[in-house]
Amino acid sequence: MKEEIIIAGFGGQGVLSMGKILAYAGLMNNLEVTWMPAYGPEQRGGTANVTVILSDKAISSPVLDSFDTAVVLNQQSLDKFESKVKPGGTLLYDPNGIHHLPTRTDITVKAVDAMGAAIELKNSKTYNMILLGALLAMRPVVDTEAVVKALRKTLPERHHHLIPLNEQAIEKGRSLVQ
Amino acid sequence: MEEDVKLMKGNEALAHAAIRYGADGYFGYPITPQSEVLETLEEQMPWETTGMVVLQAESEVSSINMVYGGAASGKAVMTSSSSPGISLMQEGISYLAASDVPALVVNVMRGGPGLGTIQPSQADYFQATKGGGHGDYHMIVLAPATVQEMADFVTLGFDLAFKYRCVSMILADGIVGQMMEKVVLPPQRPRRTDEEIRQQCPWAITGKHGRKHRNICTSLEMESPKMEENNLRFQAVYDEIARNEVRFEQYYTEDAEYVIVAFGTVARICLKAIEEAREAGLKIGLVRPITLWPFPKQVLADLAKRVKGMLVVELNAGQMIEDVQLAVNCSIPVYHFGRMGGMIPNPTEVLDALKLHFNDIK
Amino acid sequence: MKPEEIIKDENKIYARPRLLDLRHTHYCPGCSHGVVHRIIAELLDEMGLEDKSMGVAPVGCAVFAYNYIDVDWVEAAHGRAPAVATALHRLHPDHLVFTYQGDGDMAAIGTAESIHAANRGENIAMIFINNGIYGMTGGQMAPTTLLGMKTATTPYGRRADLNGYPLRITELMAQLDGTCYVTRQAVHTPAAVRKAKAAIKKAFENALAGKGTSIVEVVSTCNSGWKMSPAKSNEWMVQHMFERYPLGDLKNV
Repeated sequence: MKEEIIIAGFGGQGVLSMGKILAYAGLMNNLEVTWMPAYGPEQRGGTANVTVILSDKAISSPVLDSFDTAVVLNQQSLDKFESKVKPGGTLLYDPNGIHHLPTRTDITVKAVDAMGAAIELKNSKTYNMILLGALLAMRPVVDTEAVVKALRKTLPERHHHLIPLNEQAIEKGRSLVQ
Repeated sequence: MEEDVKLMKGNEALAHAAIRYGADGYFGYPITPQSEVLETLEEQMPWETTGMVVLQAESEVSSINMVYGGAASGKAVMTSSSSPGISLMQEGISYLAASDVPALVVNVMRGGPGLGTIQPSQADYFQATKGGGHGDYHMIVLAPATVQEMADFVTLGFDLAFKYRCVSMILADGIVGQMMEKVVLPPQRPRRTDEEIRQQCPWAITGKHGRKHRNICTSLEMESPKMEENNLRFQAVYDEIARNEVRFEQYYTEDAEYVIVAFGTVARICLKAIEEAREAGLKIGLVRPITLWPFPKQVLADLAKRVKGMLVVELNAGQMIEDVQLAVNCSIPVYHFGRMGGMIPNPTEVLDALKLHFNDIK
Repeated sequence: MKPEEIIKDENKIYARPRLLDLRHTHYCPGCSHGVVHRIIAELLDEMGLEDKSMGVAPVGCAVFAYNYIDVDWVEAAHGRAPAVATALHRLHPDHLVFTYQGDGDMAAIGTAESIHAANRGENIAMIFINNGIYGMTGGQMAPTTLLGMKTATTPYGRRADLNGYPLRITELMAQLDGTCYVTRQAVHTPAAVRKAKAAIKKAFENALAGKGTSIVEVVSTCNSGWKMSPAKSNEWMVQHMFERYPLGDLKNV
């Protein structure tokens, strides 16, 4: 098993932390993982992306030019990464603010209105967990139990009361693609 | 064992490994992309547990001179910085080398020259391996490719520094500093007691404590014959290091027709390119120098007798390639593929570079 | 009276300090360094600090201080003594760590290290020899060179518009919260020597007591750099240096 994932959007959308939780969940499932951010001023509101690789074997390059799965959250990221999804791969995007829709037909393309769902949950911070739920519904690379464990690991203790809300968001995301 | 496996950035792993090693002191100044080292240490507050001193200095110049003071007194001390900061430290590194004192310096490289970029680079290879400061000296230069090695090389770097009374440098690229991977941290070692230091490092500046003579840590010698003697002593140590401490890894070289030479994270990018090439039936191998000084000349010289050519891939304009060319003594063609300014090549670009230079790779 | 009738322990009123090395110093006759070295060597012995002292030598005329005072020493790069001393003391907190620095070391190339060590309140003593000139390199301008003073790099006299003003770094250091004792002394008369010794003793005591940074400036002569006889140098120092660098305590907390 090996899954090469790119998550890309604006800084502040929770791109890096979504990748981090995914990577931690991989760790909980005893997978090899790498989490490689495009770092720097991008974190301050520009575009941000992170490459997450999950594998049951040692991982060579943390830097990739093609991906099994892309999660894109804005137009720039869609323009940049649509072409980099491997044939047969998965492209998941939030349609809010997307004017030029994806055109690939050799990959699975899914629009997930995570923004709308986050508004329904009355908490914009659930946004990235909704996307993670949608991603895991399409690509079950780690189990939900591992994700919950990962949340426990990555969230500071004082935010642990938010874990049920995050679980709810993950389920919400799943329901959006099923 | 499971709870010992952690997911960490390379910079964080390095900081934790320093505490676990039983390091006595860290002195540093923030600079991207390695500020997590000092941040992690300040967060961990090791002065409360192991007694390790952590201090944010007023500059890199001051950091390296604090390291000089600590090292002179036999303590296990270190600093970390990124390229522009390491340039500022060159004076201090030269003094450390000239005073036969052990220390660990970490450079998480970013793109230069000048203020450059905060993105990853390997453009400080010359500075690290050829002596960035003044005078004839060398550091042992270790190039980690994984977060695990960022942790492991703290122990290795300190152990080698104390064994040879020299400076060890961990020369990492920004990628391995910033990426997260699984890491198993070493068990906590106790810091050496002052009594142990006085026994193990009889040269150290500790206060005389009953010693008949005073210890002096200096790099100054006004008499040329004596200064030449000092230099001969340094060179003898470097020769010994070159005999004993060469480290490298090789992949798929048994049947290779061509070999890629790359260090740090770039070696992993090349390995993926090679894995793809192997699937297409291309016989490409990889040599990853782990010690950039001393450089693994012999393995390359041996490979040059049976491979058709080598490609050196680096995040710079062509630096390690000079050592590869010297090692193979121009017996086979050696080409360079580099990206600069923080750009990182992907595996496809590496394959394209192979195909560009070697016509029979299709 | 025969010499052997005089040379007796009960007649001894002065001896070479035990911790002052027997070798001849490289200092010029009349130079203040020798006197300050003697004071330090006496104090380290009198205070029982031989075993737990670490000196940090500068670059400048006192670069070889480690050859003369018999305790452990680190020779720092130019200006970096306070950084070296910071680490030494933080890693050996129950020891006496002192720096011995000239005006170039303290107030030019090492300004940042000096001010920040003092601002952190490092528990060290800084001995600062201010003779207004660079002796070792052959008499060039120091940051503390007086206006109008001729040096190798101000051959027509220091000019404020070209070279800036003589820097009173000791006054600057006295402003810092980290300093506990800042004083300016001299060693041109027996009385001054006694006062300077008391000041350095207090600086050592403060460092051992963990009270913060102590700075003892010693306004000094450089008869070879100033191109005067030793006696004339002392007169010139009193007439000119003391006006810009008046003696006395600047801070005593």
